[in-house]
Amino acid sequence: MPTLDKPLTRNVRADGAPVDIAAYERADGYQAVRKALTMAPGDIINLMKQANLRGRGGAGFNTGLKWSFVPMGPDAPTPKYVVCNADEMEPGTFKDRLLLESDPHQLIEGMIIAALAIEATTGYIFLRWEYREAAARIYRALAEAYARGYLGRRVAGSDHAFDLHLHVSGGRYMCGEETGLLNALEGRRANPRTKPPYPQVAGLWGKPTVVNNVETLCNVPHIVLRGADWFKSLSYTADGGTKLYGASGSVRRPGLWELPMGTTVRELLEEHAGGMPDGLKFRGLLPGGASTEFLVEEHLDVRMDFTDVPKAGSRLGTGTMIVLDDRTCPVGMLWNLEHFFAQESCGWCTPCWSGLAWVEQLLARMEEGGGQPGDLEKMEFQTHFLGPGHTFCALAPGAAEPLTSALKYFREDFERHIREHRCPYH
Amino acid sequence: MLTVEERHEIEEELKRYPDRHAVTIDALKIVQRRRGWVTDEALRDVADFLGVSAHDLDGVATFYNLIYRQPVGRHVILVCDSVSCWIRRYDRIREALGTRLGIGFGETTSDGRFTMLPIVCLGACDHAPVLMIDQDLHRDVTPDGVEEILAKYD
Ligand SMILES: Cc1cc2nc3c(=O)[nH]c(=O)nc-3n(C[C@H](O)[C@H](O)[C@H](O)COP(=O)(O)O)c2cc1C
Ligand code: SF4
Ligand code: FES
Repeated sequence: MPTLDKPLTRNVRADGAPVDIAAYERADGYQAVRKALTMAPGDIINLMKQANLRGRGGAGFNTGLKWSFVPMGPDAPTPKYVVCNADEMEPGTFKDRLLLESDPHQLIEGMIIAALAIEATTGYIFLRWEYREAAARIYRALAEAYARGYLGRRVAGSDHAFDLHLHVSGGRYMCGEETGLLNALEGRRANPRTKPPYPQVAGLWGKPTVVNNVETLCNVPHIVLRGADWFKSLSYTADGGTKLYGASGSVRRPGLWELPMGTTVRELLEEHAGGMPDGLKFRGLLPGGASTEFLVEEHLDVRMDFTDVPKAGSRLGTGTMIVLDDRTCPVGMLWNLEHFFAQESCGWCTPCWSGLAWVEQLLARMEEGGGQPGDLEKMEFQTHFLGPGHTFCALAPGAAEPLTSALKYFREDFERHIREHRCPYH
Repeated sequence: MLTVEERHEIEEELKRYPDRHAVTIDALKIVQRRRGWVTDEALRDVADFLGVSAHDLDGVATFYNLIYRQPVGRHVILVCDSVSCWIRRYDRIREALGTRLGIGFGETTSDGRFTMLPIVCLGACDHAPVLMIDQDLHRDVTPDGVEEILAKYD
């Protein structure tokens, strides 16, 4: 059994108010910064590796490994940057909002430690505009952290300098893609950049840069303070830590829960989300946002982590699942999803902008009764070119994931739309 | 012409970045906050002030969903049309707003009070369906509750 501890949400108050710096300090806040100041950068990085902290932005990349690619020492290019990805625009995802609104100091502390680990002197929190309450609370927390000397020229009285700024975005899903995000921070269109060079080597304004998700960074202070073994003991599986899971769509009690990494789909759905609403049956779910593959009944005992969900043919993604019931049309749902991806495509690669526009039209026509024999094959053809390896960034493969899996699990629904020239759910 | 306050606010933003180009988005938002939307003239003024080309700046302005290059009403209603709100029947909210205001997505009421736009997932899916008006998030919206929400904005 994992240790039942909820480090990420320990300061979350029932009334939703944020903890101020005094309350944060009383709960051991900023002690991890003091401890990190006594450690060599390489030791902080190794600690993250040992803890097996994997990126919570969706891809699950090992955080310590990501940081270890940053050039270090006196000959390394400067300034270096730490960037927090708080764009959270993946449909069905609402976990970072909670961390940003309820405990902004936890994020700031994580970013200071990340900066110490890679010897960065400037950081940016990249926040979507719509998170107005989060923005206000982050501004306040930054001012408090400067006033108390955790940010600025001498971090907690040391010789290390670290300035941290908030950047509020103009709004576009592509800003969440890490190189698109760097372009957006430079005041450009959020088209992605060619890799290599990777951001750790040449990122923001060509300088070494680490980009991490909010939830990833919020884990960092706890690992520094309590160690890699403790972090691993929080999880059911080899992927360390807790996870902020969520459920929305068709469930009795939509919500967010911090639970051991590797909690099963069934436990989330039945215990925490309270099962299906009255009169509705479970049809399937997207485990971690719009750009993950469907899981169905046979997958309910899958453990929600970065290792087990892929074995079931999907991805943990953001860990916030979207649940579909038996009275809602899967074709309509796919139309909604592909409309999103088509709209947010940045237009750089042909398979993405043209393929997604075509897929969206096919789905719209099908849902409205005009589906033709051969439409499913046309969509399958498109999913091939949207898949990995044909496009510049992961938006297109992400768009293909719900579609490929829907064509597999809900094929009869698609065929009925074509056969009956109508949506059977209306 | 940019006003003194606008210039001052943009100058403040410049302190947080190493070059002038980086503040394009902030500068456009500063202008938009005061004027409602970004006119061609405002776009040229911002471009001149930052030393970037107006063409380049327009490319940036049109890329971002929340920078308006067309006039909008006094209040902007952003209705989430993403998947969890779709499952929770956001279409009924959109219809209720449409009936009440006589506008669809992308339109402005004839008295200039409201513009209604779709928005991608607002990150409040556990309270779907949701919408934003100006700076405010409204959660668990019902078709019957729309009237009361609108009354707060004149
Ligand atoms: C189209 C697209 C949108 C993305 N949006 C986000 C986002 O909003 N937040 C996020 O943390 N990661 C997002 N990602 C993943 C990032 O590119 C990147 O992998 C992540 O921020 C790395 O942080 P992590 O290693 O801490 O997970 C997105 C990726 C793609 C392709
Ligand atoms: S895959 Fe789509 S979003 Fe990504 S770079 Fe290509 S066109 Fe742009
Ligand atoms: S889908 Fe509407 S808030 Fe997330």
